[in-house]
Amino acid sequence: MSLIEAHEIIKIYRLGDIEVHALNLVSLSIERGDFVAIMGPSGSGKSTFMNILGCLDKPSDGRYLLEGIDVGGLDRDALAGIRNKKIGFIFQGFNLLPRTSAIENVELPMLYDGIPSKERKEHALRALKSVGLEGRGDHHPNQLSGGQQQRVAIARALVNNAPIILADEPTGNLDSKTSNEIMELLTKLNEESDITVILVTHENDIAAYSRRIIRFLDGNLVSDEEVVKS
Amino acid sequence: MINLPSTIRISFRALRVNKMRSALTMLGIIIGVGAVIAMIAVGAGASKRIAEQISSMGSNLLMLLPGATTSGGVRMGAGTQPTLTMGDAEAILKECPAVSDVAPVLNGVAQIVYGHQNWSTGVVGTTPGMLVVRDWPLASGRPFTQQDVKSATKVCLLGQTVVENLFGDMDPVGHVIRIKKIPFTVVGVLASKGQSPQGQDQDDTIYVPVTTAQKKLFGTTFPGMVRIIMVKGKSADTLSVAERQITQLLKQRHRIGPKQDNDFTVRNLTQFMQTAEQSTKVMALLLGAIASVSLLVGGIGIMNIMLVSVTERTREIGIRMAIGAKTWDIRLQFIIEALILSLIGGFAGIIIGISGSKIITLLAGWSTVVSPFSIVIAFGFSGLVGIFFGFYPAYKASLLDPIEALRYE
Repeated sequence: MSLIEAHEIIKIYRLGDIEVHALNLVSLSIERGDFVAIMGPSGSGKSTFMNILGCLDKPSDGRYLLEGIDVGGLDRDALAGIRNKKIGFIFQGFNLLPRTSAIENVELPMLYDGIPSKERKEHALRALKSVGLEGRGDHHPNQLSGGQQQRVAIARALVNNAPIILADEPTGNLDSKTSNEIMELLTKLNEESDITVILVTHENDIAAYSRRIIRFLDGNLVSDEEVVKS
Repeated sequence: MINLPSTIRISFRALRVNKMRSALTMLGIIIGVGAVIAMIAVGAGASKRIAEQISSMGSNLLMLLPGATTSGGVRMGAGTQPTLTMGDAEAILKECPAVSDVAPVLNGVAQIVYGHQNWSTGVVGTTPGMLVVRDWPLASGRPFTQQDVKSATKVCLLGQTVVENLFGDMDPVGHVIRIKKIPFTVVGVLASKGQSPQGQDQDDTIYVPVTTAQKKLFGTTFPGMVRIIMVKGKSADTLSVAERQITQLLKQRHRIGPKQDNDFTVRNLTQFMQTAEQSTKVMALLLGAIASVSLLVGGIGIMNIMLVSVTERTREIGIRMAIGAKTWDIRLQFIIEALILSLIGGFAGIIIGISGSKIITLLAGWSTVVSPFSIVIAFGFSGLVGIFFGFYPAYKASLLDPIEALRYE
């Protein structure tokens, strides 16, 4: 059983009278421990696909199995539970809570998992350490650089031991040096902790960190190829 | 699951971010709760004063006044014709089953002298029944007796004000004072009663046996005449029965035909006062209701601000949802924020309400009673307002689409 199995996924949006076919019969499976880059121009359906993979959205038709569970039949709260335990999100804009210290940001997923305060703190400190932010727990997002903020976001994604990290253009707001650092961190997590990383990007050198590149165009999956590492 | 301490901490932080806004929002609740407590206190103060006055007057009290006769086609007011007698008083006690006690009154104003102190006061000639009728205990000494009345003894009971003015701190029992130059022995001192409903000092009085008053002090146009007869009914329920029985009896005794007007008037004082008490209660209720409106307005203010807050924090809500916040995690966060606003406001409102009542007492001289009950009600109500008006914004927040919310700028 694959970690992620998508069968003939269709997503249709309604914009007034017009139906927009964002995804047309997309089928895909991703194995545990893979490192996948999803590429494509804007409007190609890659973000829609990511939202479905991340259980933020449900397909209009088709089946999406996450660890063998059909996500299509779950309600809002059940989806929230899956996002909490199975998926760590990393966003282009970091999406940390403002006016909230790094450690509290990292604690957030555990807060919604009902983990007691002391344990939360221990896990959060460990996660911050693993992304190289030891001693920065008390800093607020506006006191941290972009790269550091993204590290906090990665720590937050890791802290509930989610098997999947979904990164939506994680380096879009970062300079190339910091981008490379973040990508190396993701690569390290993928290799050492066996975390499945799925990232959306339109930069080829970022996609080059992955082992598999999937391309979307006009709602269709047009190519799926292994990356040949030189 | 929901983690309450953390949620409360998060809510406090969110409220601290906009200190001014939070404070202004609370102000609505502060004013509302303060107004409710102060208004209820004013109402309760008025009720309490009236209740005190009723009990100071004596309970289940009827007052018989002479007069209300027609003389030559001119209607005279009550008290204009001296028609009541000691005989009437005795007959009422004997023949009206609904009456428990009577006290005839023949009163006047007299100069009183003790040593080189003198004082002018109302002297009331009455019977021992007076103390029962008016629920008036003695502070010291003994009451005068039926025997004193029979033999027109020169004994008297002093009210507290008279004692203060003639004797100061001294115990007057056993001393002799002069009323209209006639020596009277003080046998007892009446307990303090305070003001009457009409604002008179009830303690500025002297009680003497009614016969002594008739013969020695004031004189009467005919023997046994009294000015007023006070009647105590057996119970509040049978007071109107007593009134009917007395009217019937006196009509008979005074030989008043069916077409003639009565030459006496029965006044139900207790009923009068109870009506006054009732209207004060309605007043208090009305004041409280008006004040509650401001509490309601305060609640709407909270809802308004919470709606703004939900919109402003759409992205934050999106982040929380993406990370795994469930419907009730989001709802509870906003409800708790509204609850904190309203409860802190409610607490401050209690302080404002209590000090406001004190200020009203100080400035306007109205007595106010802040009851713990009104505090609990106002505080509880402000909490309910918080939950009620916090729920809609919280509900709205929980229904946001996480994708849309994450994209919100």
